[in-house]
Amino acid sequence: MRFAVPIFPGSNCDIDCIKAVEDVLGEPVSPVWHQESDLSGYDAVILPGGFSYGDYLRSGALAQFSPIMKGVVKAAQEGKLVIGICNGFQMLLEMGLLPGAMLQNDHLKFRCDIQELTVSLNETPFTSLYEQNESIRIPIAHGQGNYFCDDKTRQELEEHDQIVFRYQGENPNGSTAAIAGICNRERNVLGMMPHPERAIVEWMGSVDGVRLFQSMLKHGEENHGAA
Amino acid sequence: MYKAIIDVTLKQSVLDPQGVAVKGSLHSLGYESVSDVRIGKRMEVILESVTLAEAERDIEEICKKVLSNPVIEDFSYQLEEVA
Repeated sequence: MRFAVPIFPGSNCDIDCIKAVEDVLGEPVSPVWHQESDLSGYDAVILPGGFSYGDYLRSGALAQFSPIMKGVVKAAQEGKLVIGICNGFQMLLEMGLLPGAMLQNDHLKFRCDIQELTVSLNETPFTSLYEQNESIRIPIAHGQGNYFCDDKTRQELEEHDQIVFRYQGENPNGSTAAIAGICNRERNVLGMMPHPERAIVEWMGSVDGVRLFQSMLKHGEENHGAA
Repeated sequence: MYKAIIDVTLKQSVLDPQGVAVKGSLHSLGYESVSDVRIGKRMEVILESVTLAEAERDIEEICKKVLSNPVIEDFSYQLEEVA
């Protein structure tokens, strides 16, 4: 399974994502500069965290106009797996691949911590190896992770089972319905604020991110086998 | 040549934590009359070689597509002719 990690000026979790794919899965993974627009040679895309374009205007707002996003949209439409982590999630919202928008944390502080999450949906290509409602620990590191959507969108997210991760305990940013991650209706696009690539070996404090990458590979292999 | 002065603000339905924090500070300074503070962005965009109608069309599009996020923000603008 071939993974692409698009890199924008200001991305800073790109190497972590590449290492996670290499170390956890041993699958081929390539950094792709944001000026490229063709991602047809890849099976999955990981939009990494960081501060693309310095978070100018709004987080993720300017990255959505980079040429590579044409390739990301095409990959999503073709049913390939697209995951946006932290700043990558913010990009997916700005692009409209996922509903809602990101606001500044309600307490106005940057929050860096290991966070307890609930896997509220394990029937996705990204979470199939977790138990439904399993508690996992994944690091967060963001100042603008306060996911917001209106009541109608929230209802739709719940009706269509699109809320994949929720924060446990005290909500670290004030997000609507304690949302930490959501997917699209087709479930091949996931956005999440926590960083699974920072929870892959014991010394990181948690290995709960491993199964997210393994779930993606499992999905890829099953789909490849069927094709 | 036209200059657009654009205001982008959070929608009334969206909590503005910066505004809330500033309101708290103003109250602690004794300005008890302050009942609400909301913080937004002001942007200036210069457009060359366009008519007023073209400038309006472009600014409207730019605000919707780029300068504001309609999920959380409203925008308004004024256009003025500049030399």
